[in-house]
Amino acid sequence: MSIEATMIAPSALLAEATKLKNDGYRFVTLTSVELDETTMEILYHFDKDLVLKNLRVPVVKGGTLPSISGLLFGAFLVENEIRDQYALSFDGLVLDYQGKLYSETAHTAASSPFCKYQVQKAETKPGGKPASEPGNKPSPEPDDTEAR
Amino acid sequence: MARTVIPFGPQHPVLPEPIHLSLVLEDEKVVEALPTLGYVHRGLEMLACKRDYNQMIQIVERVCGICSMLHAMCYCQGIEEMMGLEAPRRARMLRVVWSELHRLHSHLLWLGLFADSFGFESLFMQFWKIRERVMDLNEATTGNRVIVSVNVVGGVRANLDEAQIRWIKDTLDEVEAGIKGLKSTIMNDATVCKRTQGIGVLSRQAAYDLGAAGPMLRGSGVAQDMRQLKYAGFDELNFEPVVETAGDCWARSSVRFRESLQSIDLVRQALSKLDDKLDPGDLAVKVTGKPEGEVITRVEQPRGECLYYLKGNGSTFLERVRIRTPTFANIPALAAILPGLDFADVPVVVLSIDPCISCTER
Repeated sequence: MSIEATMIAPSALLAEATKLKNDGYRFVTLTSVELDETTMEILYHFDKDLVLKNLRVPVVKGGTLPSISGLLFGAFLVENEIRDQYALSFDGLVLDYQGKLYSETAHTAASSPFCKYQVQKAETKPGGKPASEPGNKPSPEPDDTEAR
Repeated sequence: MARTVIPFGPQHPVLPEPIHLSLVLEDEKVVEALPTLGYVHRGLEMLACKRDYNQMIQIVERVCGICSMLHAMCYCQGIEEMMGLEAPRRARMLRVVWSELHRLHSHLLWLGLFADSFGFESLFMQFWKIRERVMDLNEATTGNRVIVSVNVVGGVRANLDEAQIRWIKDTLDEVEAGIKGLKSTIMNDATVCKRTQGIGVLSRQAAYDLGAAGPMLRGSGVAQDMRQLKYAGFDELNFEPVVETAGDCWARSSVRFRESLQSIDLVRQALSKLDDKLDPGDLAVKVTGKPEGEVITRVEQPRGECLYYLKGNGSTFLERVRIRTPTFANIPALAAILPGLDFADVPVVVLSIDPCISCTER
């Protein structure tokens, strides 16, 4: 038994997500699934009238996917979670916790703590809004901020 | 204008669980709100690789105490679907009974906490006093007040006899009268309305686009409830989602208040469907084999839609258990509605999403 899911390439993800949004689908969540030592897949779940539509996107471990958080803000949290747990990067993440959603030291112990087969996190260029104090989140302009 | 960053939580009188919000203020107005998690993260999804699929029931029950029954039910329904099993009718009806009792006590807990968030402590006490009767029902029928642990793969492990059914009905009559007695206060009292009406408004479109769930979604006018999927015994019950359209704190409060009464009605309906005669096969079917394949299953928890993705490989251990809880879906909506609010309204608005951080972080 397997779920119904449309396999798409990472390069087609944003276009497909945009189409689903325009067709009235509601974003539900993402699911990361480790397949073997080198690959994983991300399932994107959307809902319309209680019917789920799933997209299956293959990705190399430690790789990068385009973020859909610019299109669907609700995705920022789960994309950050996957980055924390599986060391995948999301390009264009609107609120980027930089791998520190759950723990500020998570990546000092293991780059992908939820993987059976550990991978070293790939070198990525930071995307989206930078995180800073406090708690590694974006802060207002430093010149006019008074931290209590 | 100068900006000030106020740390809200993780320890705050209004928060039952730890979440931190960095609130950026201009004068008394919130201009930005940034959530920080990580205070109760336990890595429970990872345990799926280290506990067999039956032991995972006890683990998913501990994702969250207050929705424990619904986590276990969602998980068991997924395993049953993967293994081609169907729980007996009586077991499915009993699942409705305990899941709706969970929703009832969760909503009563929240209504009390919500009253407390705007300083109405006597109302808080009244709701929790009523809730204790529901906790008594849980304890008497399952042996536990909160983590009732009644679900097994293939059905349930506990039953209700005639005397218990009669007692539940009588108790629910009293609980219903108690809740209705508080309606005018929580819904119409001028001081309550002043703190809740027009505060923290989430439009219908925004709720939908942000992927909000549960009362947060229905309070904004979207009639979506996973019980419409007719899982467990809901295929035989009359059910319509409770919807409000204002999208503010009052609307979310009203949805939960009305759902409390609806849960009582659903328990009564489910109890009326239980046959008098019972043989042992009525509670659970025999399970053979090991789970293989992948499945997605959803239930409506008190806080909204809960999704489980399960993947088995034919062994005792599941390859992947993914849990998307409703508060996880509602945090982006919270971050979106806080900007523009007065700082004094933040506790009320945060409470209005009924945050469950244990669920969120797993």
